[in-house]
Amino acid sequence: METTPSIRVENLTRKFGAFTAIQNVSFTVNPGEIVGFLGPNGAGKSTTMRILSGIMPATSGSAWVGGIPVANNPHEVKQRIGYMPENNPLPDGMRVVEYLRFRARLKGVPGRKISDTVLDVMETCDLARTARRKIIGTLSKGFRQRVGIADALLGDPEVIIMDEPTIGLDPHQIQGIRKLINNLRGRLTVVLSSHILPEIERSCDRVIIINRGRVVASGTSDSLREEFLPGKRFNLEVKGTEQSVTEALKTKGIETEVLEKEISDGDILRLSLRAEGHGDLGPQLMAALSESTDCTLRSLAPYAPNLEEIFLAATKRSWEETMDSPKAIAAVKA
Amino acid sequence: MLLISPPTYIAAVLFVSLMGFLYWAILRGMINTPEESLPIVQFLKIFWIPVFFVVPLLTMRSVAGERSTGTLDTLMTTPTSRVAVILSKFSGAYIFYMLLWLSTLSFPLIASKFFPSAAVSGSLLETAPIIGGFAFLALSGVLFISIGIFASSITRSQLVAGMLSFTTLFVAIIGGQQLGNIAENGAELAFWASELVNYLQIFEHLDDFSRGVIDTRPFFYYISTGALLLGLSTLVIEAKA
Repeated sequence: METTPSIRVENLTRKFGAFTAIQNVSFTVNPGEIVGFLGPNGAGKSTTMRILSGIMPATSGSAWVGGIPVANNPHEVKQRIGYMPENNPLPDGMRVVEYLRFRARLKGVPGRKISDTVLDVMETCDLARTARRKIIGTLSKGFRQRVGIADALLGDPEVIIMDEPTIGLDPHQIQGIRKLINNLRGRLTVVLSSHILPEIERSCDRVIIINRGRVVASGTSDSLREEFLPGKRFNLEVKGTEQSVTEALKTKGIETEVLEKEISDGDILRLSLRAEGHGDLGPQLMAALSESTDCTLRSLAPYAPNLEEIFLAATKRSWEETMDSPKAIAAVKA
Repeated sequence: MLLISPPTYIAAVLFVSLMGFLYWAILRGMINTPEESLPIVQFLKIFWIPVFFVVPLLTMRSVAGERSTGTLDTLMTTPTSRVAVILSKFSGAYIFYMLLWLSTLSFPLIASKFFPSAAVSGSLLETAPIIGGFAFLALSGVLFISIGIFASSITRSQLVAGMLSFTTLFVAIIGGQQLGNIAENGAELAFWASELVNYLQIFEHLDDFSRGVIDTRPFFYYISTGALLLGLSTLVIEAKA
């Protein structure tokens, strides 16, 4: 390995009494990557993040941040991490700028640099003009979230960990936060968790899906799509019957599977199907169906399953199977 | 946080008004019946009344409040050591507590302005008992505030923290005295037990100090127990942030 990964986690396990919150979680995050942590509520996302930020010790396993083991050297690790906890707790009585100055001092920013650093992060998070002197308790949720992110950015960390940064925000605010995260791309390693899937898909380079305390899948959303929902998907509208379509395609050597069908406007059939074959399937399908005499093609559109479907497919598999399948092991290593 | 939160000022107002009233009551009592001790000595004898409510009010928020809002988590992710967190919580509360006590020095000053004759005789502003008494307050304050911080560090609820520190203070201040009373009421105690009981007599310590007798044993008692409690608080927030 030429570069040290920003975060490396190996076989991390955390138990709360008899309850196992996470079990044998392993993954790596490279510098500059934006990684989304995805999982249903109670899957162990927050636990993993808390262990990484050194608040909570792991029961077994190891974690490194920037090559430094978290368990042996939490102090050093904390200087390299900006952490925004779930629900983003802030003291309601303080003003934004006061709070950020206070946090900068806590994070060991040297005295004469505090003003500049605070101004800098407020600019990045778009707080400088609007909310500088406001009392935190009176801020809207979107601004509170920005204050949390600004706080995480203080002290020049290498890694930023955000636990559900967009929870409870309206679409405008979510877009704002997404832009903010995009601005950080390349400069910092960002790990964020969410169960809002489109959110993760838009802002993250890579996704780690975690379910019941185990890493179920990891990779870009394209590679996950390939793994969990193989084949190409198309939505088409034809005049004719379902059978005529599948047969017309079969004669051309394209295997299909109809996933959904719906009849509208009398004789128009809407199909969503999965096709397996070689090369660019779109034109092939179009050619095959236009040659067929039994059906007329009205429209054809390729369709990429979104993360939601991948997520459902990935978490549906029972976890024993997932852990043992070679695909999953390969995915974890990726 | 202590300086911008309302409970701090409530505690301060309660403290100063109550103490002012008590000082006035003491002075009034002295008009009617001659007393042996000076007003300031009598005044310091009732230090435990404000301690019971001021210390819990000042300290109950310190860690429990941070824990329940979750800001303890964000505090823990900064490269600040836990010892520093607890010590700063302690010193914040302690300094404020001492400031409150120092503000009571204004009572004899005001009184001496209105009763110049008493001031001339030196009975209002006698320096020795004041210095001794305040040395005692500063020293016992270490223990009392540590009790409050520790109570606050082991729970998430401010209410529980307040009740815990109140009862612990009660046991520490009144319990020691009661043990002393039992011992005096004839029950023969083994030598070591009576030594122990004497050691825990917070009121006796005050008497000694205001007479100007500064013993090292109370020093050891307050500082070591205070340090122990603060150390335990550090361990507690380390274990359950």
